[in-house]
Amino acid sequence: MTIKTLSQHGVQRQQMPCLTKMERMIISMQDPDMGIKLRNQRLLITVIPHAMTGADIFEWLIKKFSISDEEALHIGQIFVKYGYIYPLKEPRNLILKVDNSPYRFQTPYYWMSTRWPASELDYAIYLAKKNIRKQGELIEYEKECYNALHKRINHTWDFVVMQAREQLRASKQRRKADRIVLECQEQAYWLVNRPPPGTLDNIDHGPERRTTNTRVQLNADFYKKEIEHNRISLARNRVKSSICLESYVKYCEQYQPHDPIMQGCLPSNPWITDDIMFWNMNCETVSVPTKLRVERWSFSFMELLSDPVGRKEFLTYLEKEFSAENLCFWQACEDVRHGETSKIPGKVDEVYKQFLAPGASRWVNIDSKTMEKTLEGFKRPHRFVLDDAQMHIYFLMKKDSYPRYLKSDLYKNLLARAVVPQETKKSVLPFIHRQRHSSPSPALATQAAEDDGKTKNSNSFKSNSGTASRL
Amino acid sequence: MGEMEQMKKEAEALKTQIEAARKAVHDTDMASAAAGVAPAPQVQLKTRKTLKGHLAKIYAMHWSTDNRLMVSASQDGKLLIWDSHSGNKVNAVPLKSSWVMTCAYAPSGNLVASGGLDNMCTVYNLKTPVIKTVKELDAHTGYLSCARFLSDTEILTASGDTTCALWDLETGKQKTVFLNHVGDCMCLSLSPDMNSFVSGACDSLAKLWDVRDGQCKQTFQGHTSDINAISFIPSGNAIITGSDDCTCKMYDIRADQEVICYQDAALNSGVTSLALSTSGRLIFAGYDDFNCNIWDSLKGEKVGVLSGHDNRVSCTGVPEDGMCVCTGSWDSFLKIWN
Repeated sequence: MTIKTLSQHGVQRQQMPCLTKMERMIISMQDPDMGIKLRNQRLLITVIPHAMTGADIFEWLIKKFSISDEEALHIGQIFVKYGYIYPLKEPRNLILKVDNSPYRFQTPYYWMSTRWPASELDYAIYLAKKNIRKQGELIEYEKECYNALHKRINHTWDFVVMQAREQLRASKQRRKADRIVLECQEQAYWLVNRPPPGTLDNIDHGPERRTTNTRVQLNADFYKKEIEHNRISLARNRVKSSICLESYVKYCEQYQPHDPIMQGCLPSNPWITDDIMFWNMNCETVSVPTKLRVERWSFSFMELLSDPVGRKEFLTYLEKEFSAENLCFWQACEDVRHGETSKIPGKVDEVYKQFLAPGASRWVNIDSKTMEKTLEGFKRPHRFVLDDAQMHIYFLMKKDSYPRYLKSDLYKNLLARAVVPQETKKSVLPFIHRQRHSSPSPALATQAAEDDGKTKNSNSFKSNSGTASRL
Repeated sequence: MGEMEQMKKEAEALKTQIEAARKAVHDTDMASAAAGVAPAPQVQLKTRKTLKGHLAKIYAMHWSTDNRLMVSASQDGKLLIWDSHSGNKVNAVPLKSSWVMTCAYAPSGNLVASGGLDNMCTVYNLKTPVIKTVKELDAHTGYLSCARFLSDTEILTASGDTTCALWDLETGKQKTVFLNHVGDCMCLSLSPDMNSFVSGACDSLAKLWDVRDGQCKQTFQGHTSDINAISFIPSGNAIITGSDDCTCKMYDIRADQEVICYQDAALNSGVTSLALSTSGRLIFAGYDDFNCNIWDSLKGEKVGVLSGHDNRVSCTGVPEDGMCVCTGSWDSFLKIWN
């Protein structure tokens, strides 16, 4: 995707920025003074110049960047996977072996950033050359590719064969060592860009996408709809940005104490301390909720309704006020909206009998206009038939019962009784003497890291946010 | 054809008027509105868990509402259900087609869904003694790029055939088809009240739809390339989009326009996925350059990076309790950060 849209709208964008970073490193690795010491490597009976061992690469990376063994191996592997360094001994095995296996730097001509994308034509020429050299004895998958290409670009096949023959002739006139090097380079390039089936394709970019889909016809009908859509859109009410943004800022500030990533949490974050008490204390059916949780119910009516404990408490309050049927009706409507389609008519019927029929046991007060509309909808009950009535009752509760609930003794007492969990004391592991703060806010990690820095060196544990899986 | 040219011109003219109307209400920007807010401190999250088990690229992941279980889909042809806290694989669902692009966990925890280049959305029941395929939703004519459950009876899908659809899981049929995009739909996000959803597509537009009547209510433009990721902010009043043009944008629904753009000259790879922290303050955006960048949504600045993957970060997710972030990558690993 990133590469395909390289020159869309005339904007040149760099593809795969990781490549530039890799290339910078590769160049410094080849620096005559500070880079890896290259020497001649023996491959069977030929001597290959400017080669290095896997161990050389490994040690250079460790020394240059002061990183751990694991990380050096990791980076070395990436270079091999993306074709910047290729193995001489087992060319198909694109991994870095930390021993005296010989490796070589790929020539910039074959860098991925130079030749993108790998063209079909070039691949055809390469396979044709191989075919001629090996007199038809290609590997299975290469044979398949060759035949497929032959079919696909049949019209230029003469050119392909001609190019292949030319290139083979030119290469025969080179020194054997040079020829082998060039063959290795080319082979390495194609192993990365056309990996054999079953191996991980390091450079694939996901399925093809279309910006303007051919399914959609940009015809008169389409534009008619567009005009209609735009007209409605023009007429809509727009709220001032200042109001919208202010409410957004308020929301972020109000919820910050409830955001564990921003501000940590009590007793502790289970992901950091492995202590699942937080989850236990906040599960659906706890008898004494935490203070934060109870406070959250005061943020908005939806917060209260979406928490099962909150709903229970609210129901208790409403029962005292003899208006519990409102909440029950609301819940019944939710059940219709989200339940199975086949059960809708039955459920709607039940709702009518219990809440809406004249003289119903739990009659709810809906204005006549909404009632009329709803009853009309009952003739053909569908999932959203109770929406208007539900909205009416929702707003009734929100404007009336909800604010009174928040001022009630019931709520205030609950808030006073609510638990503020104790910070979990971290158990000190025997071999790490580290002053730990229980679940510090990661946002304050810079300060904590400085404190930890003093004790960190005592056990040569290299902190690596990437590859260290778990302490 | 003169008539079509005329209509095209008329549509364009209306668009210009809409832009003018939007400008008229744009009386302030995010920088001024958030001027009084303290900047978010530099966020350094560590990898707490690495979930190893997939054998090929991970394309999608989704948290369950219980904050511990999650489902991940990989092109090795498996859906894995993880108890992410212990790192155990609770279930493995073999897929008929290994070209999977999306997965979803139902809010009840009973069902999971997957879909991809097979153009179908397959729904599985996790609660039967042996995991069974409940339904195969087959009506799209393009790949399935995203799926989200509304409940155990309804699911929304976005497809490469430019449409989104609402399905009834009892009958296995499409109840509503949402038509308006002109490019492949790549992502969708449900509003907190579940009455509407937004979709992002390869035509660089994000659209807001009403679930009930199937109409496109609003269109948001501004991106210059495919929109790969989209999400409602927790309050439901705005959406965040991530695109191949290397930027993320926030569009406010009530103001009907873009209010801030998250971009950096040094970042020149596309955004693949995004997720928000519970307060909405932090945006975790996964990029093609193997990193996940953390943005302060109010200040518009980068405040942290999650690096550690060896290949593109294809999916990001924050559980409901907001305790951590999970990133999934083409390097076949899932990492949990906090």
